[in-house]
Amino acid sequence: MKANGKSMKMNRRRFLASFFKGAACIAAVTSLPRLAFAGWNEKAFKAETLEGALSSKYPGLEVVDSSSVKLKAPAIAENGAVVPVSVKTDLPDVKTISLFVEKNPSPLAATFHLTPVNVADVSIRIRMGETSNLIAVVESGGKLHRVQQEVKVTIGGCGG
Amino acid sequence: MKIKAKVKKDITKVKMLIKHDMETGRRKDQDGNVIPGLYITEVSARHNGQPVFHAEVGQAVSKDPYIAFSFKGGVSGDKISITWKDSSGATETGEAAIK
Repeated sequence: MKANGKSMKMNRRRFLASFFKGAACIAAVTSLPRLAFAGWNEKAFKAETLEGALSSKYPGLEVVDSSSVKLKAPAIAENGAVVPVSVKTDLPDVKTISLFVEKNPSPLAATFHLTPVNVADVSIRIRMGETSNLIAVVESGGKLHRVQQEVKVTIGGCGG
Repeated sequence: MKIKAKVKKDITKVKMLIKHDMETGRRKDQDGNVIPGLYITEVSARHNGQPVFHAEVGQAVSKDPYIAFSFKGGVSGDKISITWKDSSGATETGEAAIK
């Protein structure tokens, strides 16, 4: 009986050990895509107002207008489906750069996550449904540095 | 996917052109049915295996997205790999060497 009990324990121990090893493997495998993709802020992208998108994306961060952020976009976009936009800044320690189109059905267009090796200079082509303010914010030093520009759109880019 | 990476004075500029319809979910077909949304949500870039850039994008990004970014420390011949993921979970990875 005694011997039996001992081997039972061993079995349980062995079983538990292999169980945890297995669990660790599964955890490692499922966390892999997380490493490649830090996640998509669905709430911010689905927000329908500029304020909503901004506060879901950057809760509690102070927004200041900044002349250190350079936003390059056309004053008049003939085709709202393809509006080239560039954002550049000399601010130190830039964590993220986000682009918002105030009057788009979902104002948040994109967020760029920078690493210390990045140079804060990004470009993208976005859609604009109608003439609207284009807002770029740069997250640096615990603040949001904002710059905005109006882009006139002659043909909307949101289909329909 | 087309990727171009060029180094100049220690700064590597990476430009990518991804082929993707970026359906917003707001367009209608000829019969008036809404075409379901299908768009890229995330784009990540690696330099010799190390993450150097990550972007979250939404429906407001143009069809066949063009994105460019820059980083320091790349040298000619280094490998740049870019992976995107769309709202259906589909992914694609492309590679290029720095010129």
